[in-house]
Amino acid sequence: MIPVYTRPKSLTDVVSHYCPGCTHGIAHRLVAETIDELGIQGRTVGVASVGCSVFAYNYFDVDFQQAAHGRAPAVATGIKRVRPDAIVFTYQGDGDLASIGMAEIVHAAARGENITVIFINNAIYGMTGGQMAPTTLVGQKTTTSPFGRDPRNQGYPVKISELLATVKGAYYVARFSLHDPANIQRAKQGIKKAFQYQMEGKGFSLVELLSTCSTNWGMTPLNALKWLEENMVPEYPLGEFKTGEVS
Amino acid sequence: MERRVRFNEDHCKSCELCVSVCPKKIIKIRTGLNRLGYHPAYVPDEDQEKCISCALCARMCPDAVIEVWRP
Repeated sequence: MIPVYTRPKSLTDVVSHYCPGCTHGIAHRLVAETIDELGIQGRTVGVASVGCSVFAYNYFDVDFQQAAHGRAPAVATGIKRVRPDAIVFTYQGDGDLASIGMAEIVHAAARGENITVIFINNAIYGMTGGQMAPTTLVGQKTTTSPFGRDPRNQGYPVKISELLATVKGAYYVARFSLHDPANIQRAKQGIKKAFQYQMEGKGFSLVELLSTCSTNWGMTPLNALKWLEENMVPEYPLGEFKTGEVS
Repeated sequence: MERRVRFNEDHCKSCELCVSVCPKKIIKIRTGLNRLGYHPAYVPDEDQEKCISCALCARMCPDAVIEVWRP
């Protein structure tokens, strides 16, 4: 028999703590596949954020550092500058990157740091119990917006990819979704590009992945994927927002 | 018989995303529990021949439970 798909070697052989059907697992797998394919497992350093993905260091079989809440891009900056030969990536959720970590991510992009950021956007705070996040959709019910997000009180969702695409220092900014196999393949190609650009020394790259949180959305994993496709994809258009320019 | 789809059933959390994407609809859920307390997904031995090795299930699985092989 010829292998078509086998478990990525850059994933450790442990059961993750993620809920059943959580797309964090898919994102982990795509990053691990990319590390395998590029043959960089030995020199990759990941930076974990705060949130559900804080335990990423248990799941990736590469060097890892845990950063304070939102500060993963700053920590990654330090690692990359001290070890320019290392491939450095951060793995951050929206509560981490788009909220408390907004300053760090914007300035890391503005400085054109040669790092890769994997940004998981599930429109909610997952680990802390489903509170409203900066990325929560207008009208979306969360534990802190029980009648739906009202822009008059809580403002509008922050669109990180569009925002960072306006920053001159950013080299590659793209958004993908993880709701079906075709989109997962596109996401994989985007993640691979982001890592390759870093290896070529092009500069800052960010890949935003639209994800589900079936537990805090109060849905089955399958319904959560449908909700993502029907509600989040129209609000957060997919595509590559920026490739190139910085020199 | 060599299996085309192999599930690491002890890691399965029964989210059923693999069931939803299988074009041949041969992935089933066990009535018994695995050590995590979930009903793991599997492909019955008699249906292994029907598998076209497209690996959509493996690409959808959040827990990297599934490995796919082709003859």
